[in-house]
Amino acid sequence: MPLGANKVALFGASADTGSAVLLSTATASSSASLSFTLPTAYKQVKFGFYNITPATDNVAFQFQMSTDSGSSYATTVTTTIFIAEHNEADSYSDLSYRTSEDLAQSTSMMSIAPYIDNASDASTSGELTVYNPASTTYVKHFYSRMPTLANGDYAFDTFYAGYGNTTSAVDACKFAMSSGNIASGTIKMWGIK
Amino acid sequence: MSDWKLLNTSTASGASSVEFTDLTGYKIFKFAFVDVNPATDTVLFEFNASTDGGSNYNVTKTTTFFYAYHWESDAHSGLGYITGSDIAQGTGYQTLMRDVANDADACGTGELYLFNPASTTYVKHFYSRTSTYETRDSIEDSHIAGYLNTTSAVNAIDFKMSSGNLDAVIKAYGLVAT
Repeated sequence: MPLGANKVALFGASADTGSAVLLSTATASSSASLSFTLPTAYKQVKFGFYNITPATDNVAFQFQMSTDSGSSYATTVTTTIFIAEHNEADSYSDLSYRTSEDLAQSTSMMSIAPYIDNASDASTSGELTVYNPASTTYVKHFYSRMPTLANGDYAFDTFYAGYGNTTSAVDACKFAMSSGNIASGTIKMWGIK
Repeated sequence: MSDWKLLNTSTASGASSVEFTDLTGYKIFKFAFVDVNPATDTVLFEFNASTDGGSNYNVTKTTTFFYAYHWESDAHSGLGYITGSDIAQGTGYQTLMRDVANDADACGTGELYLFNPASTTYVKHFYSRTSTYETRDSIEDSHIAGYLNTTSAVNAIDFKMSSGNLDAVIKAYGLVAT
């Protein structure tokens, strides 16, 4: 392709419909973890989380990536996390960066939704996007936003982002709680054309 | 998951910019940025809009920019508003990614949502979230929002680096009315 501007007339180009393709659905039932094999044909892979509940109170919903088809989940990551919070009692609200939950060149699991309450009506939901996991050239960016009913009757709005610092293809993702099982909940994975 | 229709994929290789024209037919447009890699180190990835089909990219806008950041060395992290990356009634390009590194494995990614660009009644709102491998070996999670302060229809959008060329895949989607 020559140097210069790439100019595209959107309606002069061929178009297809249904950009999001549902690839997999996993439902937790006292599950230690849920894992997904990632597709190679999509530039964006989105996970939707629906009412994820922990068996243990006040734990974090976490994820990690694999470059060996799930034999290990230990990709080196550097991440950010900030949370907006407000309690039901209206006695506390805050927006702050959380140094205790970010990671710097770590292979640990990432807490994308910390402090989940395990009351019968409590859960976390949200969305995570992973960019071009099959790339063998670039690091692998991801970000999520997870509204949560957090321990102590708080509304948490958690923003997590980072990159897997690897040029190997990421071919699997795993989700688990920081302690105990995932009591219930559904995770859906889409490929975005 | 909303019913987004893929309108076009532009694969830039050493391109000076990526433009999309004819922003009609949908109430919401989404642009996805995959593996934005600049030819020049420590430059901005930015956008502007046009009301004359791309002859001029200089729409007046007022915007906000905040971000979370964290260095690989763990030496610095935080959350803050960046006054140097917002715009108050300016016509310049809006920054979506700051200080993108041009290491061989470095890139930025993200999405931009643009609401009802064809309106001839209202200003045009937008918001974006990007994740950037920044030149100091750090992650930046950037959140940008604002409005294009015009009641003219916005019919083209342009993405480029603040200096030099870029490699990237940029996809344009329209939200199908349901």
